[in-house]
Amino acid sequence: MATVPATATDVRAAFVEGATTAVAICETALRRIAASNERLGAMLAVDGERALGRAAELDRRADRRAIGPLAAVPVAIKDTICTEGVRTTAGSRVLARFVPPYSATVVTRLERAGAVVVGKTNCDEFAMGSSNEHSAFGPVANPWDASRTPGGSSGGSAAAVASRMVPLAMGSDTGGSVRQPAGFCGCVGMRPTYGRVSRYGLIAFASSLDQIGPLTLTVRDAAVALQVIAGPDGFDSTAAAEPVPDWTAAMTGDVRGCRVGVPRRLLDDGVDPEVRKAFLAALEVIRSRGAILRDVELAHADLAIPVYYLIATAEASSNLARYDGVRYGYRADGVSDLRAMYERTRDEGFGAEVKRRIMLGTFVLSAGYYDAYYVKAQQARTLIARGLDAALGEVDVIAIPTSPTVAFPLGERVHDPLTMYLADVFTVGASLAGLPAVSVPCGFSAAGLPIGAQFLGRRFDESGVFRVADAYERDTAYWQVAPSGTGHGGRA
Amino acid sequence: MPDERGDLDLAHLAALARLRLTPDEEALYLKQLTGILAFVRQLQDVDTAGVPPTAQVLLPALVERPDEVRPSLSASAALCNAPDSIPAPPLVRVPKVLG
Repeated sequence: MATVPATATDVRAAFVEGATTAVAICETALRRIAASNERLGAMLAVDGERALGRAAELDRRADRRAIGPLAAVPVAIKDTICTEGVRTTAGSRVLARFVPPYSATVVTRLERAGAVVVGKTNCDEFAMGSSNEHSAFGPVANPWDASRTPGGSSGGSAAAVASRMVPLAMGSDTGGSVRQPAGFCGCVGMRPTYGRVSRYGLIAFASSLDQIGPLTLTVRDAAVALQVIAGPDGFDSTAAAEPVPDWTAAMTGDVRGCRVGVPRRLLDDGVDPEVRKAFLAALEVIRSRGAILRDVELAHADLAIPVYYLIATAEASSNLARYDGVRYGYRADGVSDLRAMYERTRDEGFGAEVKRRIMLGTFVLSAGYYDAYYVKAQQARTLIARGLDAALGEVDVIAIPTSPTVAFPLGERVHDPLTMYLADVFTVGASLAGLPAVSVPCGFSAAGLPIGAQFLGRRFDESGVFRVADAYERDTAYWQVAPSGTGHGGRA
Repeated sequence: MPDERGDLDLAHLAALARLRLTPDEEALYLKQLTGILAFVRQLQDVDTAGVPPTAQVLLPALVERPDEVRPSLSASAALCNAPDSIPAPPLVRVPKVLG
C-alpha cells in the first residue's frame, strides 16, 4: 500500500490521481489514532465504521476530481461542534450523552467538499481553558512531551494534527483556543475574521468572540480548509455576506514591500528568551524575502487579558444558562422541585473552571457592578480594537509570538486560574477586535518543544495573513518535523 | 469601581447562577475570584469617557434570509436528548413548579 501523505493537499491529490483509495487513507488515520490515542487522549468519540462507509462511497465515485478540495481527507472535529448522530460533549459531563440531531454548518460543508469525519477531539469543557486540563474526560498530552499540556482549549485537535493522526482538524477560537494549542503542538492554527465562518452548530461559549477555524500542518491546508467552511449561512445572521476570495491565489511567496508591524515593547516583559529568539529569527526570514519590518505600538494592549476575561465570562454565564436539565443534557436524579433540579443538575454537570467562569460572569453582569465591570470592559474593548486598527493602518500585518512560553507542564497552572489566563496574552487581542490571525511553527526550544509565531491582519484580509505566513513557511521546514512515536521519525 | 472588599457575596451569586456550591467550593471561589477582580481592577485607571462600548465587532449589518417556511427538525428529533419527555403531545416533563 502506498504511504498516505501527511498534508490534506497531498492526501487529496493521491486520492484523485488514483495512487491510493479513500478507504486506505481512512484506515491509516484510524490506525494512527488507535496507536497513540491512549497515550495522548486527543480523541473522544471515534466512529470508524461510519468513516469507512463514507470513504467507500467516495471510492465508488467515478469522478474523483469533481468531489471537492478535501476529497478523502480525514478530519477530526472539536467536540464543541455538533455532528449529527455522533456524540458531542463539549468536554462536559452535562453533555456526556448528547447526540446532536443536526450537524454544524462547517461539518456539512466539510463533508460536501469530500472530507471524511473520523471523530471528535477532546477539549477544555465548553472551550474554557488554555491547557485542555479542564475536560471532563481527562487531559490531552502534548505529542512532543507527554508531561506537558498541548494548550487549549482545542488541545485535542492540535495533538491529533501534530501527531499525524489526521491532516486536518477543526477547532474553535474564543480567546486563542485554536492558535495557542497550534503553537504549543507545532502546527498551523487559523482564527478567521469574526463573521467569516458560520457558528451554527458550534456550542456557544462567548458569542461575540467565538469563531471556528482549522488546524493543519501547512498554511496552504489551512487556506484550503477555511475556503471550504467560510461564507454566509442562512442559519447564522453573523456569518458575513463578504465574498470569499481564493486565498491560495494570494500565496505566491512574494512578500516584497509587504509591511509587517512588530510590537517590540510587548516582547520585553514575561516572554521566554527562547520564544523571543525564535520569533525574532522568524522576522528575519520574512525580511530576507523582501518584507519591510516596522515597529508598531499597540495602544491598550496591556488591557486585553482583563477585558477578555470580563466579557467572555459575562457572555458565558448567559450562554450556559441553557444547561438546566430540561431540553437536553444531564439531569440530576431524584429531585422533587424545579429549582433544586436546576441547581443540582448544574452542580453535578459542570466542572470547576466552568463554575468559576459562570460565577465571575454572573458577578460582572449583576446589579450594581454591570457598569463598573461589564460596560467598562466593553469600552476598553473599543480602545483595544482601535489600537489594533490604527497599527494596521500603518502596516499590512502584525507579527507577534503566539504565546509567551512554550507548552507548560500538566498540573502547573491548573489550580491557579489567573496564571492560566495570562497564557492568552498574545491571542486575546485579535479575538476582541475580530481580526484574522494565524499561528505558524517558528522553531523549537532547546528541550525540543515547538514555538509559534502569529500573523494578524485587517478584518476580512485573510489573504494578507496567509500570504505572509505561507512565504515564511516556504523558507522553513518546522512543520515537516514530526514528534517521535508517530511513525514519522522524530527530531534528530 | 466598587467592591474594594467584601462585596463578593458568593451565596448570592451562586443563587443567581443556579449553582449549589459546597462550603469548600465557596471558600475556594471567594479566594480565586477576589484575586481575579483585583487583577481586572486596573481597568478603572483607563479613561473611557465618551468611548462607545463594543458589544460585537461585526459588521455593517447582520445578514438576514427570506422569511420562508422550510423543513426543520421534527418534534421527536428535537426531543431525542431530553432527559424526560413524552412523544404525544411532544412535551418535556419537569418536577412540579408550584406547590
